Amino acid sequence: MIPDSAIPAAAAAATPVVEIRGVDKTFATASGGVVALQGIDLTIRAGEFVSLIGPSGCGKSTLLRIIGDLTGPSAGDVLVNGKPSHRARLDRDYGMVFQAPVLMDWRTVSRNVELPLEVMRYPKADRQARSKRLLDLVELGEFGDRYPWQLSGGMQQRVAIARAFAFDPALILMDEPFGALDEMTRERMNLELMRIWRETETTIVFVTHSIPEAVFLSTRVVVMSPRPGRVNRVVAVDLPQPRTFETREERRYFELVTEVREALRGFEEAAAVDEVVDARIRVEGIG
Amino acid sequence: MTTSAAAGIVPPGLLAPAGGWSRRHPLLRQAVLLGGVLLLIAFAWEAAKWLAGDPWRIAIGGFTYTHTPPLAWRIASDISLPHLWTIVATLFDPVPGGPPLWLFLTGAAFYTLRTAFVGFAAGALLGLGLGIVFVHSRFLERALVPWVVGSQTVPIIAIAPIVVVALGASWISVAVVATYLTFFPVAIAAIRGLRAYDRRAGELMRSYAASTPQVLWKLRLPASVPYLFSALRVAAAASVVGTIVGELPSGIPEGLGRAVLNFTQYYVTAPERLWATVASCAMTGLVFVGLVRFAEAFLTRGRYRPAAV
Ligand SMILES: Nc1ncnc2c1ncn2[C@@H]1O[C@H](COP(=O)(O)OP(=O)(O)OP(=O)(O)O)[C@@H](O)[C@H]1O
Ligand SMILES: [Mg+2]
Repeated sequence: MIPDSAIPAAAAAATPVVEIRGVDKTFATASGGVVALQGIDLTIRAGEFVSLIGPSGCGKSTLLRIIGDLTGPSAGDVLVNGKPSHRARLDRDYGMVFQAPVLMDWRTVSRNVELPLEVMRYPKADRQARSKRLLDLVELGEFGDRYPWQLSGGMQQRVAIARAFAFDPALILMDEPFGALDEMTRERMNLELMRIWRETETTIVFVTHSIPEAVFLSTRVVVMSPRPGRVNRVVAVDLPQPRTFETREERRYFELVTEVREALRGFEEAAAVDEVVDARIRVEGIG
Repeated sequence: MTTSAAAGIVPPGLLAPAGGWSRRHPLLRQAVLLGGVLLLIAFAWEAAKWLAGDPWRIAIGGFTYTHTPPLAWRIASDISLPHLWTIVATLFDPVPGGPPLWLFLTGAAFYTLRTAFVGFAAGALLGLGLGIVFVHSRFLERALVPWVVGSQTVPIIAIAPIVVVALGASWISVAVVATYLTFFPVAIAAIRGLRAYDRRAGELMRSYAASTPQVLWKLRLPASVPYLFSALRVAAAASVVGTIVGELPSGIPEGLGRAVLNFTQYYVTAPERLWATVASCAMTGLVFVGLVRFAEAFLTRGRYRPAAV
């Protein structure tokens, strides 16, 4: 359970967009079951920006995919907008951004943004207007007629973001969307994402490996621990909105970064020990 | 903040491919390349004749020269390998009771190409249709793909008469024979190509709650285009072969099949005519494959980064 103190006052009043209750996920593999998630409880309210952070393999992507009904939980319930996640997917309640842009190379930039709108049978004029507006929002207004290969990696990722926002979903799920970008592009993208988040008033669940990024963007940071994946700690980020370039220079920002880092460190040391033991078991051939 | 976007503008060199004339005129480059290789073949051909063919006499003005090759290979004799100029000259001889050979062959090639095109189109649709069915049903794939593969182990010369007897001796049966050869590579490529889409793009479509036909139309088919076109090029050539073979038992007089049959019978007396016919068959196949390439270039324009400079 999340301590109530971890939920910002404004969000506490808002309606829940994601409710995760007792979710477990076990993957069946050749060598037996892998417990990816265990006993996850998490409520995300409208207008929140929640980051999931944790070491590699702790189940962040899995949790995101469960929220998006791209895979099902082994136990527990997930409600999105008060509906089972499956229903929410069919109702097109959320947009998705992956680490790679995953643009379709046979479509121009603007037709890539129009893709979800085509699937959802928006009228053509509406599609074009939305695509134009979203591309302007990510500052790619002049690039609508280009093909993806003509854009840099960061620009392609902005197209992917425009595509996710194109149909005004209440919820956006992002899995390390800036993971492949260099530090400078990443910081600029963080600012842009903050602006888009404010302007569109969406709820965002954001997976990242970067502590500064998580603190800078989020209203709450969910720190997860591995083997099995659990929610270790939820850090409320009480930095003032809007977040700007100066936010990264505030004392409170550094305190929060340290808090998250320390929450992560506890089990990272344990994981390091685990790995040494694992390696020894492999080397010495002890089952 | 337009400056930040402007900073990301791709340098113009990437948009308009730079480089020499050959890069700016890919069609011209292809033609030069083809011509060059053709010259090489011609050179090797006549070199073999010079070395080991039958003796011949060259007469230029009042000067005559008789060449006696040092060796004598059967494969380079005038019956096996007529002189290129004999082949070219025969193009201007009239066929018995008809136009000059070149005109006759051009007409035959067009006739054959038309039938081949119908067979090709039907085969491409059939192959693609089968591919679509197979990637949506593991059961049908397991049950039917062995038969599809098996169908291609039956020689086409055995199939052609069966089809002609069953459907009657018309160009339609000939097109069916061409279809028989065409659908196979397309079906196999479609099975691969329709599965070759990016899994994450598949999840994206799933997150949009896209229907199966939407996934097919907006993701799987476009992603399979490169696979399909490699198969369509093979299929274009195969459809010409299928048509020519199909024309033999159906006794269609207008196509290249009859020309092949006729000139085979007179091969011993006039090998150059069969050679001229063989060249037209090859040309027909090349033209067809070229048309398919052209269609591919048109359909995928802009989609790929131009080849590295
Ligand atoms: N399809 C699958 N089959 C089997 N095991 C899986 C599958 N997907 C994930 N896992 C396992 O579940 C665990 C969590 O994986 P997940 O991808 O969610 O981690 P993550 O936190 O996103 O890691 P990363 O930060 O590296 O992206 C891992 O141990 C992984 O091996
Ligand atoms: Mg992940």
